Amino acid sequence: MSANSPRTTPRVSATFDPYTISEIQRAAATGIYDIRGGGSKRRLPHFDDLLFLGASMSRYPLEGYREKCGTNVVLGSRFAKKPIELKIPVTIAGMSFGSLSGAAKEALGRGATLAGTSTTTGDGGMTEEERGHSQTLIYQYLPSRYGMNPDDLRRADAIEIVIGQGAKPGGGGMLLGQKISERVGKMRTLPAGIDQRSASRHPDWTGPDDLEIKIEELREITDWEKPIYVKIGASRPYYDTALAVKAGADVIVIDGMQGGTAATQEVFIEHVGIPTLAAIRPAVEALQELGMHRKVQLIVSGGIRNGADIAKALALGADAVAIGTAALIALGDNSPTLEKEYEALGTHAGAYDDWHEGRDPAGITTQDPELARRLDPMLAGRRLANYLSVLTLETQTIARACGKSHIHNLEPEDLVALTVEAAAIARVPLVGTDWIPGQRY
Amino acid sequence: MPVCDLAVSSVRELNQALHRLSPDTNETAWEIDNPQGKHAIGVGINVPVEIDIKGHVGYYCAGMNKHASVRIHGNAGTGVAENMMSGTVHVMGDASQSAGATGCGGLLIIDGDASARCGISMKGIDILVKGSIGSMSAFMAQAGNLVVLGNAGEALGDSIYEATIFVRGQVKSLGADCIEKPMTDEDRERLAGLLGRAGLDDAKVDDFRMYGSARELYHFHVDNAASY
Repeated sequence: MSANSPRTTPRVSATFDPYTISEIQRAAATGIYDIRGGGSKRRLPHFDDLLFLGASMSRYPLEGYREKCGTNVVLGSRFAKKPIELKIPVTIAGMSFGSLSGAAKEALGRGATLAGTSTTTGDGGMTEEERGHSQTLIYQYLPSRYGMNPDDLRRADAIEIVIGQGAKPGGGGMLLGQKISERVGKMRTLPAGIDQRSASRHPDWTGPDDLEIKIEELREITDWEKPIYVKIGASRPYYDTALAVKAGADVIVIDGMQGGTAATQEVFIEHVGIPTLAAIRPAVEALQELGMHRKVQLIVSGGIRNGADIAKALALGADAVAIGTAALIALGDNSPTLEKEYEALGTHAGAYDDWHEGRDPAGITTQDPELARRLDPMLAGRRLANYLSVLTLETQTIARACGKSHIHNLEPEDLVALTVEAAAIARVPLVGTDWIPGQRY
Repeated sequence: MPVCDLAVSSVRELNQALHRLSPDTNETAWEIDNPQGKHAIGVGINVPVEIDIKGHVGYYCAGMNKHASVRIHGNAGTGVAENMMSGTVHVMGDASQSAGATGCGGLLIIDGDASARCGISMKGIDILVKGSIGSMSAFMAQAGNLVVLGNAGEALGDSIYEATIFVRGQVKSLGADCIEKPMTDEDRERLAGLLGRAGLDDAKVDDFRMYGSARELYHFHVDNAASY
C-alpha cells in the first residue's frame, strides 16, 4: 500500500470512548478510583421523555393570566401536630455545612424563605446562619449523627431521617480533610483536617421494625409536633415506600440517581440506584395500595431543572419536589463568568464537579475563607428566589394549559411518552398510541 | 414524689409530663412503675431530675437525655441513652445493642453485660460496663471513654477516632486502626475517676489495658485499601 493510498478515518470506539480511555489512564496512574460531586451524568430516561397533552376539545384550559392555579402544599399531616405548609411545591434538598460554605447555607435559607418554601440541613448539624435565615428548616437525622442534639431537633420544623441518597443508595460518605475546618470539625466532634467518614448504616436501628420505634422516639422527644420525613435513595421504591409508611413516616422523600452528592465514587454514582423517573410510579402505587396517597406526602428529587420537570413529577403522583444541584447552580455554581478559574482547575464551567476538593471558585462548595467570601449570601439568595419563582410560574403555566386549578390536580392522564422505555417506566401511553408497555389489562 | 404507673398511663403522658418540667422544678424525684419493656421511656428529658424506673425498658430509654439521672432497675433494650448529652443513666441489669450510641456527654453505667455496638459513634459520652460487651463496640467512636470490666467481642474500636477504650478482660479482636496504647498518668487518673463515679473504688487501674486510634486511616490512602 503506497503512502498515497486512501486511508480510513481514525475511528473512536463506542466502548472505549475518549472519556473511558482517560479514566483508565487516570486509574493506572493513581491507583485510586475517581471521586466527584453531583449526580449521574449519563443519559437516562427522564422527564424530557414525557410530554403534556394540554387542553383540547374534551379538556377545558384555564385562562393563563387570569384564573388562579394553586401551588401550596401541606407536608406532614398524617401524625404531626404542626404540619408544614409551603407556598410552592419545590423544596431545597439536604446539603451539609461542611460540604457547602456557611454563606452558601445562608443563601439557601434566604432564597427558600423569600420563595415561601423550606430548606434542609445535611450531615454535620444545624448552623446558626441556616436556622436564622430559614423560615422553615428541615433537620436531617443521618447515620453519622454529626452535630445531632435534642435542642436542634426541637427548633427544627421537621425531621428527615436519611436512609439513603439517590447518588449512592447503600453508601456512606467521605468529606476530605481540606474541608474539615476547625469549625466543621468542632461541629462533628472530629479533629480538624482529617478525612471525615460518614457511616452508611444508622448506629442504633436496623430494618423497618426498628425504624418504627426510632420514629416513635423522635416523636416523643419533640412531643409529636414535628413532621417526620424518611428519605430514600431510589432503588426499590415500591417496597421502601410501603415500609416507610408502615414505620410511621409522615412524608417520604425519594431521590433518584441524578440527585447530587458532595463526594462519592464515580462508579457508585453512575452504576447504583435507579433514575428518578423510574422511582415515582412504584412509590405512588405503594401509597395508593395502602390508601395513603396524599395522606403521606411524596417528595421527589434528582435532576429537577424546570417547571416542566416539576409538573411531570406532580402529574405522576408526587406532592412536591426537592432541588439540590439546580439550587447550587442558581446560587452561582458553574457560572461561565468563572471559566478561566475552572480551566485552571482542569475543567470547564458546566462540567465542574470536584466539589469535594474545596477549591470551588464560586465560593459555594468550599471551606476556604477566601473563596467563601466570594459568595454574597443576600445576592445568591435572591437569585435562588428568582429561580424558584420561575419554576413555580412554569409549573402553573403547564397546569393551567391542562385545565387544572391546582398543580396537584395534574394527573398521569395528562401525559404521553416520547419513547417506549419512558412509556413503560412512567406508565403513560407512547405518544400517538394508546399503548403502555407492560400494562396489565 | 411523682409516681407514674405505665400500666395505667401511657409513655406519651409520662414524657409530656417530664418535658413540661422547668429547670427549677421541685418535682426532682420520679418513680416509674411497670415499664413492661415499653419503648422511648424518658426520652428528651431536659431538666436535672432523678428518675427510678422499676423494671425492664425497651428501645431508646433515656434517649438524648440532658441533665437527668435515670436508674433502670432492670434490663434495657436497644439504644439505651442514645445520643445522651449530659446527666447519668444507670442500667442495673444488662443492656441490648447500641448502648450509648452517638452519646455526646454524661455517664452511662451498665451493671451487667452490653451487647453489640456498645458505644458506636460515641461523641464524648463516658460508658462504664461492669460485665462484657459485644462485637463492633466503639465502632467509629469519636470521643469519650468506654470502660469494660469484663471482655470485649470482635472488632473492638473499628475505625475509631479520638475515643479511648479501657478493658480489664480479654479482647477477642481489634478492629481496623484500633491499637493498644500505653497508659499515661493522665489516662490512669481519668480511668480511676470513671471507676470511682461508678462506685468501683476497689478496681485496680493497672489491671486494664487501653486502646485507641493508630490514626493511620485518618487520611484516605490507596495503600490502606485492605483496611477499607
